[in-house]
Amino acid sequence: MEQDWIRGMIGGLMIGSAAAGLLLVNGRIMGASGILGGLADGSARGRARAEKLAFLAGLVAVPALLLALRLVPAEAARTHVTGNLAVLVAAGLLVGIGTRLANGCTSGHGVCGISRLSPRGLAATAAYLAAGILSLLVFRHLLHIV
Amino acid sequence: MHMIAAALAGGLFGAGLLISGMTDTTRVQGWLDLLGTWDPTLAFVLGGAIAPMAIAWRIAAHRRQALLGGALPEPPAPRIDRALVGGSLMFGAGWGLAGLCPGPAVASLSFGGSGGLVFLAAMLAGMAATPALRSRLARA
Repeated sequence: MEQDWIRGMIGGLMIGSAAAGLLLVNGRIMGASGILGGLADGSARGRARAEKLAFLAGLVAVPALLLALRLVPAEAARTHVTGNLAVLVAAGLLVGIGTRLANGCTSGHGVCGISRLSPRGLAATAAYLAAGILSLLVFRHLLHIV
Repeated sequence: MHMIAAALAGGLFGAGLLISGMTDTTRVQGWLDLLGTWDPTLAFVLGGAIAPMAIAWRIAAHRRQALLGGALPEPPAPRIDRALVGGSLMFGAGWGLAGLCPGPAVASLSFGGSGGLVFLAAMLAGMAATPALRSRLARA
């Protein structure tokens, strides 16, 4: 367990450095839902669109490369995604619509918002954490779905 | 140059998600599940991520432009409205259900299996549908 929090902190520092780099070098906020959403709904055009696509290419390719070259242990690729299709579709729709309505997710509101002490980021983070805790209380411990 | 920087940032983000364990749904749900075997790792991830970003905001405050040119983003109006809170509540409910948020859902594409793909497809469909949904809500 001790290794877990050290790995968590190192990974976190990498996530924060990525966000810091994107902000200072490109002048962009690193929000995964904004990057995906702008492509999914067609609102991103021109250079913004190309930057989003490049970001996603790195986001997929580097973990794949680290695993292929065995630079991180294969056990790091554990996911434990549920096989329940109804749960996956419902969860995906909730995350997709919710993050677009709120204009951010764990990276934008969480990492970039909290570090700026943004009232919107703090409020969004409090709301999605509370809903996540409630969701497991209801769907795991009361209904035994997940 | 912008594209290279964006790809490098995406890659570093993905590596961080993989190494921190945030692509593992059990770990994320373990953080949110207060009645189960509580897993505090996510707090260390968030703490580790906030530190460099807090420094970056301070540097940004003393600069007019990004390194590659162009304006640095202005803080949004501090408006906490129904869309922000309601959307975040929806997002949190889905996050708890599947243990996936948008970044890890993409980062685990190469190893997340078919379940990860189904989640990603549903999430993208939801994102694509939101502008129409929002204007319908505004008219109602």
